[in-house]
Formats: sequence, C-alpha cells, structure tokens
Amino acid sequence: MRDISKLFLLLTIALVAVSGAFAQSTPPAAGPNLTIGLVMVGPYNDHGWSQANYDGLQYVLAKVPGTKLVYIDKANSADRPGTTVSQLGESLVAQGAKLVIFSSDDMTDEAIKFAQDHPDIFVILTSGSQQWKEGKNYLPLPNMINVMGRMEYMKMVAGVAAAMTTKTGKIGFLGPLINDETRRLASSAYLGARYAWVNYLKKDPAKLTFKVTWIGFWFNIPGVTSDPTQVADDFFNSGFDVVISGIDTTEAVAEAAKYTAQGKQVWAIPYDYSKAIDEGKGVSLGVPYFNWGPAYVNAVKSAMNGTWKNHFEWNGPDWKNINNPDTSAVGFNKGTLSKDASAAVDKFVGELGKGLNLWVGPLNYQDGTVFLKNKEKATDQQIWYLPQLLQGMEGQSVSK
Amino acid sequence: MRDTRTNRILFQIGAILFALIVTTLVLSLAGAQPFAAYKYIMLGAVGSWDVVSNVLVSWVPLLLATSGLLVTFTVGLWNIGIEGQITLGAIFTTWAMRLLQDSGWNPSLILVIAVLAGMLGGTLWALLAGALKTFGGVNEIFGGLGLNFVATALNIWLIFGPWKRPGVASMSGTLPFDRSLWMPIAAGSSRLTPATLVIAIVGIIAVYATIEGTYFGLKLKAVGRNPKSAYILGIPTWQHMMASFAICGVFAGLAGAVQVTAVYHRLIPSISSGYGYLGLMVAMLVGYKASLAAPVALFFAALNVGSIQLPIILKLDSSLAGVLQGTLVLFVILGQGVRTKLLKKTKVSS
Repeated sequence: MRDISKLFLLLTIALVAVSGAFAQSTPPAAGPNLTIGLVMVGPYNDHGWSQANYDGLQYVLAKVPGTKLVYIDKANSADRPGTTVSQLGESLVAQGAKLVIFSSDDMTDEAIKFAQDHPDIFVILTSGSQQWKEGKNYLPLPNMINVMGRMEYMKMVAGVAAAMTTKTGKIGFLGPLINDETRRLASSAYLGARYAWVNYLKKDPAKLTFKVTWIGFWFNIPGVTSDPTQVADDFFNSGFDVVISGIDTTEAVAEAAKYTAQGKQVWAIPYDYSKAIDEGKGVSLGVPYFNWGPAYVNAVKSAMNGTWKNHFEWNGPDWKNINNPDTSAVGFNKGTLSKDASAAVDKFVGELGKGLNLWVGPLNYQDGTVFLKNKEKATDQQIWYLPQLLQGMEGQSVSK
Repeated sequence: MRDTRTNRILFQIGAILFALIVTTLVLSLAGAQPFAAYKYIMLGAVGSWDVVSNVLVSWVPLLLATSGLLVTFTVGLWNIGIEGQITLGAIFTTWAMRLLQDSGWNPSLILVIAVLAGMLGGTLWALLAGALKTFGGVNEIFGGLGLNFVATALNIWLIFGPWKRPGVASMSGTLPFDRSLWMPIAAGSSRLTPATLVIAIVGIIAVYATIEGTYFGLKLKAVGRNPKSAYILGIPTWQHMMASFAICGVFAGLAGAVQVTAVYHRLIPSISSGYGYLGLMVAMLVGYKASLAAPVALFFAALNVGSIQLPIILKLDSSLAGVLQGTLVLFVILGQGVRTKLLKKTKVSS
C-alpha cells in the first residue's frame, strides 16, 4: 500500500514536472508553411507606422516561401469598440495564423495575455521590451520575441536636417503620447539638432528653441486627443518653421505644404514610413523610417525551422548604406534639403557610422538634474527608459 | 386594414427584409459580395466555441444596458445619457478596485464591492440626468447628451492624469489589475465570465417581472402612457420618473463594472464600447418589450463580433454591422409608422 502511494506521489511529481516543462517550452517548429497574423493599431495604409509594418510583412512574403499573411488593422478600442486586441489576435489564429505580430507598444497588456493564453502560438510584440533580460519589465515568455529598430539614430539625423534648415532657430516636435519610447525619440531629435547647430553652424545652443507638444496618442482620435493639425498650425503660427513629427500620421507635412502654398515657407519631417515624404513634395525634409522586413524575416524563419528563442532585439542601421532594404533596420529617406543641409546630413551619418555618440555626458535632464556626467556614456537601458526630456528642450516630460 | 397579430408580424418581417435589401445594395455598390459577407459574419459569430463565447462576452453589457433602458422607455423617457452612466459605472468600479487592490482582502469581496460601486456610479449619474429633467426642466435627451460628454472628459482626464501608468499616459488605459482581480473566466475560454452571464440573465428577468408583473411596473406604464392622467389618478409622476432613472443607472453601472472587471481589466478611454447607444437600438427594435430583448441583443452582439471577419477575410470595413443594425431599426420603426397610419385610415373610412 505504501509502495502504491509512493508510486502515485512520484507519478504526480513527474506529471507536474512534465506539464511545467510544456508550459515553459517554445511552440513546435511550424515547418515549411506558416500563416502569419498581423495586428495593426492604425489603418494598414496610413503612410506611417502601421503601413511600415504591413510593408515589412510584404517583404517577408516575398523573401520566405511558404508564408501567408492574414491581418487586422485599426486594432484600438476607439475604432473597434467592444473588442479586445487579444480577441482580434484570436480571430487571426482562427484563420490559420501560427505566428501573431502585435505591432504596437500600445498592445502590450493584451499581447502578454494572448501569449500566456496561447503558448502554442509564436508572438512578436513589436517595440516592447518584456523579453529583454536586462530590461525593467522582464517577463520571460518562451513564445514571445520583441523587435525594435534603433530609430534614435535616424531621429538625430532628422534633428540635423531640421537645424540646418530652420531660419528662425525654432524647431517643433509633434509628439504622440508621453512614454519612455517617445521621450527618447524626441530627445534624440534634439541631440541631433543641437549637434548640427553647434558643430556645423557654429551657433550658440541657447539660441536654439526645441519645443515638444504631445497630442495624447499615435494618431488623431477626435474628441480624445489634441488635433495634430491644430498643433502643427500652432507651431507654424508662432515662429516655428520646422516641425518634426513623432506621430504615426502625416498631418505635419500636410500643414507645412498648406502654409508654404500660402507664401509662408515652412518645413516638416514625417515619421515611420519611407514614402511618407511623397505627400509633401517641396516641404518635407526627409523621413526617418523603420524597415521591419529583415527582422521579421529572421523571426519568421526561426518559427518555421525550430530555432525560435524568446529574446529582445534592438536593431541598428547598416552604416554602409542606411537605406539598404535587406540589411538596415532603420533609415533616413532624404527629401527637399538645401545643398548645405544635404551635405550636413551625409556628413553626420558618416560620423555616426564611425562611432560618433551623442548620448555622452555632460547631459542633464530637463529639470536640471544630472543624467550623464562628463564623458559618461549612456547605457542602452538608460536610453530605452529615459525618464525625462533633456535640458534645453521645452515641453512636458511626464504626463500630469 | 385590421389591427391583427398577423399583420403586425408581417410588417416586422417586411422591415427586416427591407433592411437586408438595403444592406445588400450598400455592399454591392461597394463592390463586395453580399452573400459572402453574410456568410462570414455568421461563421464569425457561431463558427466555433471561441467566437460564441466572444458573442456572449459582448452580449452581457449590451443586455444590461438594454434592460435598464426598457425601464426608462416604459415611463416614456429617452435616456440617451446611458453612455455616460456606463462610463461612470466603470469609473466607480476602477476607483474601488484601486483603493482595495493592495488591501489584502479576499479578491471575491473586492470584486463584489467594485461591482456595487459601479452600480452606485451609474445610479448617481442617471439621477443627475433625472434631476435636470425633473427640477431643471432640461429635456432628458439634451441633459443626457451633455452628461455623456462630461463623463467622457472625466474618464479621459483620469486615465491621462491621476490614474495614469507610472510615467506614461496611454490610450490603452490604466495599468491592468492583477489577474486575481479579474472576474473568474470559464474553463476552455479566454474571456467568458459565467458570473456576469448570470448577472445579465437575472437582470433582464427582473426587469421583465417588474414591468409585467408588479403594481410598480403598472404604475410606470401608466406614467409612460399618459403622465397627466397618471398624476390625476394619484400616481406621483416625477418620483416614478426618478425611480426609473435610478434603475436604469443601476443597470448601466453594472455594464460599466462588467467592462472593467471582466472584459478590459482596466479603465480605457472608450470603456462604454457604445453599448448604451446600441442598447437604445435594441430597445427600439423590440418595441420596448422585455421579452424580446435578450434574443435581439444576442443577435446584435453576434453581428458585432461576426463582422470582425469582414476586414480579415473580405477586406471590408467592419462597420457594415452598424449599417445592418441601423437600417433594421429604421425600417422597423418606419414599418410601425406606416402601419399606424394605415390603421387610422381604416378607422376613419369605416
């Protein structure tokens, strides 16, 4: 009798151990055919963030035989009331998706719930950091990969283009909502602008105005966010002649084109999507953009051939050619730049490629406290989780 | 034409057919295949246990909102402010959960208190609309609309302000509550919560029983049919109107509490999910009869959930569900109008 109870105990322990191992194992390799589900926060053709992701998946379809795409866009509670993002992900699974990409930081809670509820489905949470061992929000999930591009570099390039172009010395930054990501991107643009202002133009940094205005979300939601058109207008009407857009849609460029057509020459820099400059010919200085294709190809291949391992990746540009569609995770597509500004942008990219680092002290936070001491280099974590804007920038650092 | 049950049903069927024809036309004009669209909506709503449970998740707050509205409609009130009442219910629920989440109390107790708080929030907001109507002479439609805007503004202020995530203000809402504070989910489902299903079913039965089977319900009907006569016959009119507002507020608050504790597990900007307005349509479609509310609300929820398939499979906008729902209501009301006119004509000529 005692033996039987011992055996029973052993069996129970073995069962628990096996089920535990299963709960923590990666999904099985998908094999030669894989249906990929893509959940986008905005419209798939928004000429911004969502379209950049959509195009990234088109690249995957072209490069990886055996892949198929199902997608749902406008996955936010304002556009699809009553639905949750994890529910939308499940709709894609019902269409055969074995890998689901949640392509916005805004979907973090729901993507985690989905990954936990569906351990057999591969999950990519774009722009999240949960799988970063050294990150603040580490939550190991074997079926999840986080992918992000080092847009900081290209925002610096945008800052250089803006500083080289402004006649008034006033640069506006049309910001989305306030979080770690948006603070570090706005600050990167400022660092680039200040570098060009001081080193290329030899001007007094105190005479450079860099102001951030946040609208409250990645795109306009009438009645909920501030109207980005209105914010851009406010910039142009108060002496700012270059607006760098940090939001996912192209209002800044449209407004710059409108003002310029009325005889007031102003410029804008859109964001996210390489062809976003087409909308504002003559007023768009260029666009810092994401090239999701290569990273998605790697993740998709690993899901298919069984080499998937949960991890976080923060992919940089290919300094040999930042616009190489096969190798560079981020790029800068030059638009209407003066000869000097264009040369400065090329020079700056060259310097970055050779190791120029603008995240080096002395740098203070916006409130004057020390961020980096003299010659101290910021770690990836310090940049990723930037808690404030930098000294010299105007605008809110944290939402009040 | 005579006022018979048969011709009443015939008119309703005619209205539904007209609505289908119009929606089919809209689809054809958009270059889509209408029958494929209907097929995928249906499959998306009943094709698997997963989607059926999603429909039920959506049915609960919609049925709660409809249940409340049936009471206000019974006294002849258009409680447009129900959206704001749902929102306030959600805000009060979130407030209670935020206060108690670290108390160490039993999660079930916290959930019960949070739901009660939601009911209180919805009730207070509804009574405000009622007070504006009764004591301020503000039509409940305008008062309600105004209060909806105020509720939305309050909600967004809380999410982006005092209740924001640490360092981050996000459209995705406040920080989610710990899983221990989620309404328990049924085994085999990702989100269906049996407790809320029970609440919704008990709710609609209670409303039906109250309106159809109690003296209080009879008095509500009397006020709704003719407030002056009811008053002369000794029924305190404004008190009954306020009572109906309060009851509707309880249900709206419950819907808000369900959205927070069982669906989103946090407060989000569009927490009402439009269930208040959708509930108005359901109530109108069923001719304010509680007996039909549950199946019609289920049909509307199925349309909403099923229509998610449209963008995925047919690359069509999912707002088609709204077109179908809207035209259904329009044609049913139009049918009633035409029928009433025909009946009058018959009476006059005879």
